[in-house]
Amino acid sequence: MTGGAAIRGNTGATAALRLDDVRFTHGEFSMRFDLSVESGEWLALIGPSGAGKSTLLDLAAGFLTPKAGRVLIAGIDMTRLSPAERPLSMLFQENNLFPQLSAFRNVALGITPKLRVDRAQRALVEAALASVGLEGFGDRRPAEMSGGERQRVALARAFLRERPLILLDEPFAALGPALRRDMLELLAGLRRRDGGAPATIFMVTHHPEDAASHADRVAYLEAGEIAAIGPAGAMLSGAGDPRVSHYLGLARQNV
Amino acid sequence: MNTRTDRRIRIGAGIGAALLAIAFLLGGFVVLLTAGGQAPDFESLALDPYVRAIFGFTLLQAGLSTLLSVLLAIPFALALHRLRFPGRRLILRLFLLPQALPVLVGALAVITIWGRNGVVSEAMASLGLPRLEIYGLSGILVAHVFFNMPLAARLFVSALDRVPAEAWKLSGQLALPSTTVFRLVEWPALKSALPGAAALIFMLCVTSFTIVLVLGGGPAATTLEVAVYQALRYDFDPARAIGLSLIQIVLTAAVLSVTLRFGRDPAGGFGLGGKARRFDAAGPLRGLLDPLVVAAGTLFVVSPFVAILVSGLAADLSRLVTEPAVIDAAATSLAVSLAAACLSLLVSTLVLMAIEALGRGPRQGVAARSARNLLELATSLVLVVSPVIVGAGWFLLLRGFTDVLAAGPYVVVATNAVMAMPFIVRIVGPALREANAGTGRLAESLGLTGLARLVFVEWPVLRRPMALAFAFAIALSFGDLGAIALFGSNDFVTLPYLLLQRMGSYRTADAAGLALLLGLITIALMAIVERGFIERRDIAV
Repeated sequence: MTGGAAIRGNTGATAALRLDDVRFTHGEFSMRFDLSVESGEWLALIGPSGAGKSTLLDLAAGFLTPKAGRVLIAGIDMTRLSPAERPLSMLFQENNLFPQLSAFRNVALGITPKLRVDRAQRALVEAALASVGLEGFGDRRPAEMSGGERQRVALARAFLRERPLILLDEPFAALGPALRRDMLELLAGLRRRDGGAPATIFMVTHHPEDAASHADRVAYLEAGEIAAIGPAGAMLSGAGDPRVSHYLGLARQNV
Repeated sequence: MNTRTDRRIRIGAGIGAALLAIAFLLGGFVVLLTAGGQAPDFESLALDPYVRAIFGFTLLQAGLSTLLSVLLAIPFALALHRLRFPGRRLILRLFLLPQALPVLVGALAVITIWGRNGVVSEAMASLGLPRLEIYGLSGILVAHVFFNMPLAARLFVSALDRVPAEAWKLSGQLALPSTTVFRLVEWPALKSALPGAAALIFMLCVTSFTIVLVLGGGPAATTLEVAVYQALRYDFDPARAIGLSLIQIVLTAAVLSVTLRFGRDPAGGFGLGGKARRFDAAGPLRGLLDPLVVAAGTLFVVSPFVAILVSGLAADLSRLVTEPAVIDAAATSLAVSLAAACLSLLVSTLVLMAIEALGRGPRQGVAARSARNLLELATSLVLVVSPVIVGAGWFLLLRGFTDVLAAGPYVVVATNAVMAMPFIVRIVGPALREANAGTGRLAESLGLTGLARLVFVEWPVLRRPMALAFAFAIALSFGDLGAIALFGSNDFVTLPYLLLQRMGSYRTADAAGLALLLGLITIALMAIVERGFIERRDIAV
């Protein structure tokens, strides 16, 4: 398709994530993904429902195995590795926490599955909770927290794990506009807090304004293929690919 | 006719049908207790050591059966859910079979494997070990575990399947060890299904009749249901039969109310589930143990079926299928089950339509609510008043007016019909609700009534579920021994009754052949039901 050349042109030597001609079929629906997420960038993935956005993230995280093609993370082929072996954290739209565990325990699972947490680990977990503005929330269970608070706990765990790549499968989609903006601000701060290279963010979103405010680049997925990719401003202005502007509702009436 | 008249007719017909079902279920006893002057002396009954022993044994065997079924089902369900292999769905499907198999056939199969001359005993004898003694508590427990462990395992697997996909993904991503996955994901899921599964199995074992009749050994291993039957068919002690029946009704009502509190529908337990994908890695110990546990559990459940097949094929089948007694019994069974299925479907559908019509009424006053309660009571009362107990009531009542055995066919048909009602209601009810949620308002606004409404609104949606319910009712009635045990005679013999007779006269080869025939026919009928369930599920997805 038209995006192919542009995508390949973007391929850096050490892309944080690269899907190299990855093929996957779901029933009758066959998908083909070719995409690079540069190290340190924030890439937003948009596109209609059923285009394969979540499938793409699941392939990257190792929850699905491609029929053909390679998944490279930081330049290393990880196509056959299990989710646990991949240096990334993924946040889901819901059920990011174990309902019977406290917020503290849920975050602590990011560094140890054991029941006992030593003094150093306890300090780390408490710092992580504080970093997402949930100081003193450690004893609460997910049912006693709001939707936004639950996703903050999930974020705290993701950053505590210190994986260089973070995949977001619409974790803020169910939140209101103001809360969603707050969460993105929080995320933007967290990825740069150590002063070193920022964590790479690859996020699926249904809200173009989220992509506009934070993403460096935007990829547009349609019918199982990356149809277009480019800088966020240009992609979202409606000036580029007609399919993107049609999806965004910016296309001129030509019916 | 306007829509209001249509609604009135539907409600009226439904209430009529419900009253008929309730009258049949309770009629025998109500008349005996009020008019017959045969009310038993409860005080002496409660002090009677024999009655106490039976009551105690009923609870003991049900409790132990439940404990064993659940304890064995948990590791099996865990191992099966963790393992990913092509035969997994097949095993879940095989685990439906014990529920489809006529209980008498299952009991015979258990004897073939675990009995004194069974496969296991022969193996032990050849090693110089003593043979197994199947009759009594141990046999009852083995048979109950054979029938109920698969049910519990299916309930547990479907509870594990209901765990949100993210929990398995998280477990994989965080590389949680298997003990942590058990603590955080598997155990909470099992715990949610545990009380319901245990209560359901306890309920089934408390009312178990055929297994205890065949495998129980004398007064020391008898339950209330079997004692009622013996009081009528052997000792002829009506007062004791009535007293024991009432104790049994109170006991089942208590157990059922606990079951319903735990939220598990006693007529449920279908569905093949099995879509969850797991990402937790297996440790070396589990990688070895899981296949062993699955293999052992599957062998335990499958071996009786193989036993029926092998010993049934060894029998002289060609002689059996041409023997007049067998042909007569098969024809009787078919006639009884067809009549029972028709009656059951008619009554259930009338009741369901009345419930639906009440639901779309303008006002929901006290009258509407009590009518609704009455209708729902009619569909599930049979869970409390079991077939043997219903039969006992009518047996005693009819004795005063007519030849009990001559009236047998009618009572058996009616009993089998009410027996199938809870299941039919659960198959047809949701479809009817869907139909009226979808096009009911449209029909109302167009003023569709009477036959036109039936043809355009209900029939297209109900056709398939009604066919399924019909097949289910036939299968249930075809394999039933509870009602026929009381009313069977030389002039009225169904296939299960004939099988029981041949077992009683030690014609083992004949019994094996008949068991094979009976099992095959019933499982074929149930296969139709199960296929229908899968297709319905696919449409829903």
